[in-house]
Amino acid sequence: MTTAAINNSFLRSKAGIWLRKNLFSNWVNTFITLLSLYFIWEVGSFFLNWAIFDADFLVNFRGEEILDRTYCSKNIEPGLHGACWAIIDARFYQFMYGFYPAEEVWRVNLTFFLLPISLVGIFFDKIPYRKFFIYFTFLFPFIAYYLLYGGPTLSQVGTNKWGGLLVTLFLGVTGIGLAFPLSILLALGRRSQMPIISSMCVIFIEFIRGVPLITLLFTANVMLPLFLPDGISPDNLLRALVAVTLFQSAYMAEAIRGGLQAIPRGQVEAARAMGLSYWQSTRKIILPQALRISIPPIVNTSIGLFKDTSLVLIIGLFDLLGIGRAALADMSWIKLYYEVYVFVSLVFFIFCFAMSRYSLYLEKKLKTDNSK
Amino acid sequence: MSEIVISLEKVNKWFDDFHVLKDIDLSVIKGQKIVICGPSGSGKSTMIRCINRLEAHQGGKIVVHDTELTNDLKNIDIIRKNVGMVFQQFNLFPHLAVLDNISLAPIWVKKMPKKEAEEVAMAYLDKVKIPEQAHKFPGQLSGGQQQRVAIARSLAMNPDIMLFDEPTSALDPEMIKEVLDVMIQLAEEGMTMLVVTHEMGFAKTVADQMIFMDEGRIVEQARPEDFFNNPKSDRTKLFLSQILNH
Repeated sequence: MTTAAINNSFLRSKAGIWLRKNLFSNWVNTFITLLSLYFIWEVGSFFLNWAIFDADFLVNFRGEEILDRTYCSKNIEPGLHGACWAIIDARFYQFMYGFYPAEEVWRVNLTFFLLPISLVGIFFDKIPYRKFFIYFTFLFPFIAYYLLYGGPTLSQVGTNKWGGLLVTLFLGVTGIGLAFPLSILLALGRRSQMPIISSMCVIFIEFIRGVPLITLLFTANVMLPLFLPDGISPDNLLRALVAVTLFQSAYMAEAIRGGLQAIPRGQVEAARAMGLSYWQSTRKIILPQALRISIPPIVNTSIGLFKDTSLVLIIGLFDLLGIGRAALADMSWIKLYYEVYVFVSLVFFIFCFAMSRYSLYLEKKLKTDNSK
Repeated sequence: MSEIVISLEKVNKWFDDFHVLKDIDLSVIKGQKIVICGPSGSGKSTMIRCINRLEAHQGGKIVVHDTELTNDLKNIDIIRKNVGMVFQQFNLFPHLAVLDNISLAPIWVKKMPKKEAEEVAMAYLDKVKIPEQAHKFPGQLSGGQQQRVAIARSLAMNPDIMLFDEPTSALDPEMIKEVLDVMIQLAEEGMTMLVVTHEMGFAKTVADQMIFMDEGRIVEQARPEDFFNNPKSDRTKLFLSQILNH
């Protein structure tokens, strides 16, 4: 076969047709395609060289173990620019657990292991023994509290020792989990025909949405003790959790309200005409339909909240980002900004991307469910 | 003397400033079939929606089975259990399979065991002649089938009065008959029925009484043979000529 014949057969293949149609259909298109490829190549190769090919992981270019920043290749040879990931390794424990005592850390690991299991029942509806997964979901908060905080037979570990991913996940998951039922009540309350209830919900939602989360965090930090009896001083993490939960519930309530508004009036009327009570028709007819519609905006606000939990570093909590900043303040690792921030971003990205993928999967599934 | 199951006395209702029902008086005897017609906006749907309190009336008195409709939720619940309703837009629950649509109220309102409720649901699906659709979702059914499911859903609560609010108006012409046939069968079994419809063929077959409403009033109430052959009011004559001659 000649070269021309090979070219010809490639151009006629499916891939060839797709390429010609979408990337090289005319001169302008071809130019933009080539320019984009060049751009992707430049940026991609720069990043990959920095992050992987030229980077130090545990040893530098001389093969020495990296003990502090002075061992990083880029700090020895002026021409070298690769990342120095040893800081992440050196601080990995803190990134995951904060200052949790090392001899008790199995408790955190066990909680991390149980967390996805507790979510299985909520995330997937067609699995065997789903009922038991759901039971476990409701049991999990108590198990997690007992494991993390301590109780009978387990020594107490104060939340001031918690940090890193543990705090980020704790605030994110608990905040979203507590906000969900609260937001349903707020959304229903806002549409209630009882004027006092609906105006209370409106005021709460609009007030919370009108205030930045940082302000709420400060407020919770300073004001929560004022509302509690003397001598009871809730710890900082709890104060942050209250602020985060209230914040999230207001946004989620608006997402759910959107779903509620999309349900035709006839649905309630049919349910009421058959004798179902308000709560029965809400639970069996309205909410199942409204929540389906609300999933994308609910996930959206949840992703937002998960990232916003990093603001708690301002009130002195060490979440993932807070631990990163603490690592940078350490004289032996100072100035390794890129490594720390890229790592922290990557961890946040993994969780947020997973949430967004799950929401896409759910949307697709609900679409087919409805049309089958 | 036959038993009066529904009575309306001087019922008045306003939507804000709009006086939608004006001094409505109506008595329905057990087993009676009443067909209500009239131009749109005449208040006919609103009137039957007042009977199960989907709309609240502001003046007069509505009594269903010796229970007066007031703001008392207990009375409303009692009445709704005995009064079924079929809507123009079917209002089936799209997230539930046909069988679950029908068994929902028996399970939650009558506290019937799930298995028994599903047997009841199947029996009524048989009655409306679509038992084979039990496990499909409403979105997979034709309009006529959906409306028959909606009728079965109402019947599953074993009501002794059925309200129909333009049950065939949202249907394609070829599907109207299958729904009307079910309604005729129901009428033959002695169900008390109030039907808002413009299907005059159905009215002639089934109705004991015809009611013509206009501008919130009952303008004429008569037996069908008198109503169609000798309408008394000019407004009724005009209306009948308009809908019978097209």
